[in-house]
Amino acid sequence: MSAPVPGHALAQGTPLAAPRPGSGRTGRWLALASRHRVALTLAFLVVFPWVAPYQALAVNILVLGLYALGFNLLFGYTGLLSFGHAAFLGGGAYGCGIAIVHYGLHPVLALVAGTLLATFIAAAMGVLAIRTRGIYFAMTTLALSMCVYYAFYRAEAFTGGENGLRGINVPVLTLPGFLLDLLDPVVKYYAVLAVVGGAVWLFSRLLSSPFGAALKAIRENEGRAQACGYDVRRMKLVAFVISGALCGLAGALQAIHLSIVPIETMHYATSGQAVMMALLGGMGTFFGPFIGAATFSLLQDGLSTLTSHWQLFVGAIFIAFVLFLPLGIWGEVLARLRRAGW
Amino acid sequence: MTDLSLGGFPLDLLALQLVTGIALGAIYVLVGIGLSLIFGLMNVVNFAHGAFFMVGAYVGVFLYGYTGSFWLSLVAAPLAMGLLGLAVERVLVRPLYGRGIDDPLLLTFGLSYCMVESVRIAFGLTGLPFGAPPDLRGAVDLGIGYFPLYRLFLIAFSLTVVGALWLFIERTSFGLVIRAGARDPQIVQVLGIEISKVWLAVFGLGCALAGLAGILAAPLQGVTPEMGIPVLAEAFVVTVVGGMGSLAGAVLAGLLVGIVVAMTSLVAPDMTKMAIFALMALVLLVRPRGLLGRAGALG
Repeated sequence: MSAPVPGHALAQGTPLAAPRPGSGRTGRWLALASRHRVALTLAFLVVFPWVAPYQALAVNILVLGLYALGFNLLFGYTGLLSFGHAAFLGGGAYGCGIAIVHYGLHPVLALVAGTLLATFIAAAMGVLAIRTRGIYFAMTTLALSMCVYYAFYRAEAFTGGENGLRGINVPVLTLPGFLLDLLDPVVKYYAVLAVVGGAVWLFSRLLSSPFGAALKAIRENEGRAQACGYDVRRMKLVAFVISGALCGLAGALQAIHLSIVPIETMHYATSGQAVMMALLGGMGTFFGPFIGAATFSLLQDGLSTLTSHWQLFVGAIFIAFVLFLPLGIWGEVLARLRRAGW
Repeated sequence: MTDLSLGGFPLDLLALQLVTGIALGAIYVLVGIGLSLIFGLMNVVNFAHGAFFMVGAYVGVFLYGYTGSFWLSLVAAPLAMGLLGLAVERVLVRPLYGRGIDDPLLLTFGLSYCMVESVRIAFGLTGLPFGAPPDLRGAVDLGIGYFPLYRLFLIAFSLTVVGALWLFIERTSFGLVIRAGARDPQIVQVLGIEISKVWLAVFGLGCALAGLAGILAAPLQGVTPEMGIPVLAEAFVVTVVGGMGSLAGAVLAGLLVGIVVAMTSLVAPDMTKMAIFALMALVLLVRPRGLLGRAGALG
């Protein structure tokens, strides 16, 4: 049996392949901005808390931005749509929380512990999920993440089960030479930003490495990448694990920020949130995930003050984006600037 | 009968669990076939399939409350979901043909949010209790023990539906068009058959099956707005285990998953939820294309 027939194009005339961000001809200004993407992203994030409605929301957006960034490595840059990333966000959060609550580890070490746990979960899920392709990948990752969810739900002694993991109190962060008062939202924001900034820098390095180029090659044409001699399956697994680690770091930061890990962190809806943020912001764009995280959080924040049924509107807005704005906000901005010859 | 036992469990208890498992499996079969039909023909993964299951259950329970007739619910719930499916395909999914394969998936994901939230608005957050209708309550003696009548009915009814569906696909001319369309839509189009109408019909049919599964499952567990989420994940497990695009695979895997769940709940109740995912992991490791899947379908 041959591969699924791409016959749907004939219902609509020519196939409307969405132009991939970054594939068009880039003007001088955009090229310059792209070269300094880390500096520009960080500059925005440094200023951001002073324009956000309130600072706790700014920390949320920062953490969710990192979550969407990690997700985007897989979805936007490798072309793999995962519906299981809540397992990594949750794994990072629980790992960090358990390290602090049950073992009294230093918060910095707890961040490492959380990231490691998420990396481990990602490796275990990845080995299985990578065996499937295309749409099956989304279904398999969803099913595997549900399995992780139930496992953590059941391990009540460690995770608190349905009540969530409570008591992750880090009021003051003791670092060699100085103390950080995390009860001050501004201090907390910049402490989190220091970690997120490092991750953003690493992410940028990864994308500009030969490995990053190979991932984009897999996204554009898996068969061709294989024919070029790349071990596609292993590269996908490595991308999956790195993506999981970044999301795990986001989860660990979230655990310290919220001082509780609700079981919903691992739920299917949280996986869906990563998909929504990446698409709203612009998949496969460097800065898009932060725009997506900000959009999603502001929507949620704004709508939930008006109605308890904000998810209805979030769902409808998401549908509208899929239909009419598939490049996402930032992707659309970039595409327009590119057309205007910037 | 009670003197016979296997692994420390009396045989009649095992038989009861087996019937429970097959009844659960029958639900999975209906949900899995709907998902598989839509996917096999159109390359569209319907992420709102669990939501159709849930809304179907609500429609059925609501009508039952009004009319008192479970049989009417059994007809109306799939009918309503079929019509909703037709509208969704025509208005929302059709503009996405020819775009990436992820786009319809993302759209139906967004749609599932809207459907769940709409049900919360209409029926409240907590869900409705629902038991088997009076005609189907109680237990019957099958010679090896007593079995709940509703579960036996559920198995018989689902088998009938699956049999009818098989006849429809294998023995009717429209079924032939569906099978041909799954093979090569372009040739079907060239032969003068409007393939988009076939897609429309099959999307509706798949959603109707989800709705039917929903109302059939309602007496087992009651209805809540969130009931579709685990079902979606379990339907994915069924399709991965059975082999995508294979109807026989969906039937086999659905029953297998149901029996595994029921038996695990007997042996290790804590592991029930995880057992089916362990089954999927095992199949992925040993036979990534699924039990009856075609070679190469999964790469």
